[in-house]
Amino acid sequence: MARKLVIIGNGMAPGRMLEHLLEAAPQDYQVTIFNAEPRVNYNRIMLSPVLSGEKTYEDIITHDDAWYQRHGITLHRGKRIVAIDRGRRKVEAEDGTQASYDRLVIATGSAPIVIPVPGHDLPGVLTYRDLDDVDRMLAAAQGGGHAVVIGGGLLGLEAAAGLAQRGMKVTVLHLMPTLMERQLDPAAGHLLREAVEARGIRVITKANTKAIVGSGKVEAVQLDDGTELAADIVVMAVGIRPSTALAKSAGLGINRGILVDDQLVTSDPAIQALGECVEHRGLCYGLVAPLYEMARIAALHLAGDATASYPGSVTSTKLKVTGIDLFSAGDFADARDREEIVLRDAARGVYRRLVLQENRIIGAVMYGDTADGPWFFDLLRRREDVAPLRETLIFGQSYAGGAPLDPMAAVAALPDDAEICGCNGICKSRIVGTIAEKKLASLDEVRAHTKASSSCGSCTGLVEKLLSLSLGDSYKPALLQPMCSCTDLGHDEVRRLIVAQELKSIQAVMQALEWKTSCGCAKCRPALNYYLIATWPGQYADDGQSRFINERVHANIQKDGTYSVVPRMWGGVTSAKELRALADVVDKFAIPTVKVTGGQRIDLLGVKKTDLPAVWADLGEAGLVSGHAYGKALRTVKTCVGSEWCRFGTQDSTGLGIRIEKFMWGSWTPAKVKMAVSGCPRNCAEATCKDVGVICVESGYEIHFAGAAGLDIKGTEILTRVRSEDEALELIVALVQLYREQGRYLERIYKWARRVGIDTIKAQVCDDSEKRKALFDRFVFSQKFAQADPWAERAKGRDAHEFAPLSELRFAEAAE
Amino acid sequence: MNAMVGEWVDVGAVEDVPLRGARTVATGHGNIAVFKAADGTLFALWDRCPHRGGPLSQGIIHGHAVTCPLHNWVISLATGNAEGADSGCVRKLPLKVEEGRICLDAHAVAAGPGA
Repeated sequence: MARKLVIIGNGMAPGRMLEHLLEAAPQDYQVTIFNAEPRVNYNRIMLSPVLSGEKTYEDIITHDDAWYQRHGITLHRGKRIVAIDRGRRKVEAEDGTQASYDRLVIATGSAPIVIPVPGHDLPGVLTYRDLDDVDRMLAAAQGGGHAVVIGGGLLGLEAAAGLAQRGMKVTVLHLMPTLMERQLDPAAGHLLREAVEARGIRVITKANTKAIVGSGKVEAVQLDDGTELAADIVVMAVGIRPSTALAKSAGLGINRGILVDDQLVTSDPAIQALGECVEHRGLCYGLVAPLYEMARIAALHLAGDATASYPGSVTSTKLKVTGIDLFSAGDFADARDREEIVLRDAARGVYRRLVLQENRIIGAVMYGDTADGPWFFDLLRRREDVAPLRETLIFGQSYAGGAPLDPMAAVAALPDDAEICGCNGICKSRIVGTIAEKKLASLDEVRAHTKASSSCGSCTGLVEKLLSLSLGDSYKPALLQPMCSCTDLGHDEVRRLIVAQELKSIQAVMQALEWKTSCGCAKCRPALNYYLIATWPGQYADDGQSRFINERVHANIQKDGTYSVVPRMWGGVTSAKELRALADVVDKFAIPTVKVTGGQRIDLLGVKKTDLPAVWADLGEAGLVSGHAYGKALRTVKTCVGSEWCRFGTQDSTGLGIRIEKFMWGSWTPAKVKMAVSGCPRNCAEATCKDVGVICVESGYEIHFAGAAGLDIKGTEILTRVRSEDEALELIVALVQLYREQGRYLERIYKWARRVGIDTIKAQVCDDSEKRKALFDRFVFSQKFAQADPWAERAKGRDAHEFAPLSELRFAEAAE
Repeated sequence: MNAMVGEWVDVGAVEDVPLRGARTVATGHGNIAVFKAADGTLFALWDRCPHRGGPLSQGIIHGHAVTCPLHNWVISLATGNAEGADSGCVRKLPLKVEEGRICLDAHAVAAGPGA
């Protein structure tokens, strides 16, 4: 006679288990199912297409009524089991229905986590778990209106996309800085955010929900920064928690989930559990693949196969939003001694990153083109040694197998109609054909004749390889110094492309220009940060973590890890009040060294980092502000005493110096900029070895530039001569702005001038008054966002974490 | 106040360390640097570059590496070894995260940075 099998729960895991059981041992059990939901078995992972309207409920039914009848299974719908009597092997439902069992399977699944903020119980606050939730969301979406989704993980984004497609105005709130941070690295998170925002969904990261408000029903969501968002519904999708209450009351062993062994057996040998409610070897799962693996083992165990064993699962994730292809697998967080391989294809919006450890894939993130996801996942799960595939691994399965290809062979193997230049739609055969027909021998000729590589330039490497293939060793590509080993592009190309493609974040640059690393390096990140600040004033948000420490904390690091502090002394002029404040600060903070600098100001050396904000606060009270002695920025404007005191002075050099410094302080430049104004050709301010210098003469002002007195020594070039202070200021500002727009990061003015030519600079700054005015205006605009004293901001608490230790441990001393 | 939990010492909350940033923990043996890489992984090293003792906590963090602010040595956060042509090593400290708190191995803290 068949034994009695009772199943609590009718989700995907027990549904799949039954299929396996009916196949392995169709006659062994008389099956009874209790389902708290009033439905047959349906495919829960397809709820998102139902919400978005791409599928109906009927489409996602796994087992219909006829299936249960055919297999003689009793299905109790809408009956929640409230008690398990393990002694008498009986279960009892809410309505009193009872059933006895020989074997029991618990598959109670999980419950969505509801954040207990004020207002979480208002009508209109929903979770996203079952078909009832979907129905509630659809009802709400009928009237349009605003939806706020709390949680930017897999479920939250699927809910957001569905609601947006149903016509609601959707905002996603996410606590972390990037979306799906558990599955994606920041680069892929950035692409995902762009794609989500392109659907008209607003994304707010680092959003901490303070309260849900409304009278009688939800009306708005308040964040802890004071933002208030209108909301007709709020969907909480912040995670799930295994449903263990029933198992707990029955006295089964539980931790986070119901504890099971490798046969999915609980602490009671007659009871198995599977799905999202269980904890196996310390892990709880919320994805479908592991549940299916559990279902197979549980069924084999029921059928009497004692050897079947579940070893745990490695999981992968896909986002089910039409048009967004995203795949992630493995664990990046635990990577040690790892290597990464990154492939970016900007034209197609593709990002791929593999994380390797000892020649094995331990993690994979793919965005845009996920066709190779299963292949990488398979390599990952089998812990396959990928060393033989290494060279072309990132290109995917179609390049694997056979002898490894060198990159040149990969280009040679491209079909004739493969598109090389996405911007101009130029295919391989067109380029190769034109090279042969016109006997082309250089990149510039190919650009001229085919237009390939002439727009964004990101296919330059491919075009050069085609030239090499066509011409053999006779082709010598021009040597281009790349910015760093993260890219093949040089500084100028990167700057050009930032403007042309309107790239406005470091992540956007790295993706669009196909960076070879996920997060850049200490060479390219500061350069990109500067280029973005200089190109998009007011739009680009400065990235402190991409700045060298001196610019990040606005002081100069010294060899012992202390800092030096140099306040501005406008034009080298100070006062008793300022000197008194400096002296007081030196005494109060026991600053060991006070030194007069070469730039006519005073340097306080040996300040402890933790003291910096307090030092700045005291200096600020006397009116002293940051001197930017630490920055790639305007440093000093040295002056002599000029016509005000000196018997040889021709003009007010001190006044002009102060005027220039007050106009230009705070601006970021490719490298440091030092200036000087001398009141007569005796040149006491040494203006003729500065980046920009002015020599006053009886008839006006001689503007000099491109001097150097450091590693190199070089006298200045004369830019021009003008009659008035106003003209001098306009010229100097226009010159510096041109340098800000053209200079390569860390390239001083004299090197920039040598590279682009003194004459081309004169042509734009001196000869073309319209250009000069435009340069001047752009500088003035960018100063609107630059002239805030960074010391005052930090004295008031900005970036406080920079200046305080995370913690102080004193027991280490006591242990001695 | 630092709660000792068995062999581990709680030094602060995960969210108090900025992404691609670092914070220091002051001890009687000098500072420990706690780093958070772009992918959120946390690491702890003694805050002394093997080259000239520079404070690694003040460097630029890229991937699982930090560039020392004094002379641009690149140190692996995972191993404490210098990368590239440079050679040297700074001692690493075992670190674990429990309920959002960063915990360091108390013995490694007490043992100090070594020679």
